[in-house]
Amino acid sequence: MEVRKGLLYSKEHEWVQEVSDSLVRIGITAYAQDQLGDIVYIELPEVNAQVTEGEPFTVVESVKAASDVYSPVTGTIAAVNEKLEDSPELINESPYDDGWIVEVKSSEFDFSNLMTAEEYESYLKEV
Amino acid sequence: MLLLEMSKPGRCGYTLPKLDVPEVSLDELIPRSYLRETEPGLPQVTEPEVVRYFTQLSRKNHGVDVGFYPLGSCTMKYNPRVHEDIAALPGFSRIHPRQPESTVQGALQLMYELDQCLAEIAGLAKSSLLPAAGAHGELAGLLIIKAYHKFNGEADQRREIIIPDSAHGTNPASAQMAGFTVKEVPSDQRGGVDVAALREMVGPQTAGLMLTNPNTLGLFDENLEEIAAIIHDAGGLLYYDGANANAILGITRPGDTGFDIVHFNLHKTFSTPHGGGGPGAGPIVVSEKLVDFLPSPIVEYSDGRYHFATPKHSIGPIKAFYGNFGVLVKAYSYIRRLGAEGLKSVSENAVLNANYVMNQLKDDYYLPYDRTCMHEFVLSGKRQKELGVSTLDIAKRLLDYGVHAPTIYFPLIVEEAIMIEPTETESKATLDVFIQTMKTIAEEARRNPEQLKSAPTLTPVKRLDETKAARQPILKY
Repeated sequence: MEVRKGLLYSKEHEWVQEVSDSLVRIGITAYAQDQLGDIVYIELPEVNAQVTEGEPFTVVESVKAASDVYSPVTGTIAAVNEKLEDSPELINESPYDDGWIVEVKSSEFDFSNLMTAEEYESYLKEV
Repeated sequence: MLLLEMSKPGRCGYTLPKLDVPEVSLDELIPRSYLRETEPGLPQVTEPEVVRYFTQLSRKNHGVDVGFYPLGSCTMKYNPRVHEDIAALPGFSRIHPRQPESTVQGALQLMYELDQCLAEIAGLAKSSLLPAAGAHGELAGLLIIKAYHKFNGEADQRREIIIPDSAHGTNPASAQMAGFTVKEVPSDQRGGVDVAALREMVGPQTAGLMLTNPNTLGLFDENLEEIAAIIHDAGGLLYYDGANANAILGITRPGDTGFDIVHFNLHKTFSTPHGGGGPGAGPIVVSEKLVDFLPSPIVEYSDGRYHFATPKHSIGPIKAFYGNFGVLVKAYSYIRRLGAEGLKSVSENAVLNANYVMNQLKDDYYLPYDRTCMHEFVLSGKRQKELGVSTLDIAKRLLDYGVHAPTIYFPLIVEEAIMIEPTETESKATLDVFIQTMKTIAEEARRNPEQLKSAPTLTPVKRLDETKAARQPILKY
């Protein structure tokens, strides 16, 4: 399973990409989509909704189960990937690129609980 | 080909008899605006075509009358035919819910006695036979919990229902629906409720705990009494999800451990038909202090007659009339035919069968909780997954061998879960065939994983595209 270098990772298997100082892009990892199996639906959150680190902000439904997606950061949703509405399979096919879920903005992000790619790789070996 | 597609104008399988009552124009009965203007598009076919069509359809199906059906948590046991005969007796089948009580005393007596039988099995006081399914029983039970706290002036304060992470999805769904907040308690290393975590979670906000026991791992919680004490000491009530009651009949009673409410799935434990519209029945049984809150009506007996009554603080009606009465007749027949000793041996054999199959398979499949199980057990397909074969592939391959697939990917706390429940109604010979089949599939996964990817190949329809069915469902013909 690919763990992309340069991204940050949460224990709940979300990735965070720093777009700018005040904007991040969020999705679920290749490992997470593999565990879930074929994703058939994602409930996209509203733009401008508040998200809190560690709290669920959306739900993905696969052929196996429905699972919460936890926000790895605190902030406000700046954009959602509307392509997922009709093509939730993008999360399976391209978890780090076309399958991104939301962009979140904040004046000050706290990444202290997130892992580097190397740390996430060793975390995956434990779970 | 569908029956509609076989239709040819003018073909006919049946002729109505000559009218022997005065003819009335439809216009006189129903306003013109509600009458259809064209003939309904009914298929025009001969009688043998209809017979062959439905017989062929039935042969494409798999049911417990066709083959082994180890669907964990669903208790797919044999449904004795004699129950159908009993439920069809005119005194049960040709009565109307609006008939005067004095003319249906036999039916009321059956409901009263079934209520008492279930109460005795649960170790509690009184039942409501109204809920039409297990989840309906859960909702009724939770509304009773709410009404009880309201009666004690604590409705605003006690808003949390605690549910283990191994629970059926219906538990949190029912609790949400009843207006509670759901708190999830994790499982411990032995597969039971994590008692230390539970202790941290309870307080004056606790409305109750919903516990399935044995749980969905097929394990009897070893700390049941401690769990009950923690909840009761915090002022909460204990709800027992009896989905897995097939393991405990006549052996242990939830009421004796302190549970306040139990639901039973008659279509699981008490052998009434399942699925395809069953219909089901999920009666609840409650302790003495909750009897006054039961849904209405209940059946009571006084002065030599049975009659309907409304409990003093009833949560009200939850189902039209009196529940799925035909199902109640079948469950009552089952209980009375087996008696107390018979019911006990049902559970003993269900547990024995499950342990036999589990021990025969644990070398071939990973067994995450290696303990004596109850009526079912959960394997993990993770060794096979490493070979590129998923649990889904294993389940699909079983269909080729004429076995219904077990429950898969549940409970969620076991990776690649395979949940097997043989039930007491299967002979050792059937179990041995199943064990051998599972061993063969494990061998196929080692030698020829590709073969499993395309399974099933011998069924009327081959591997279905479940993803496409979920992403782009076609919902009408």
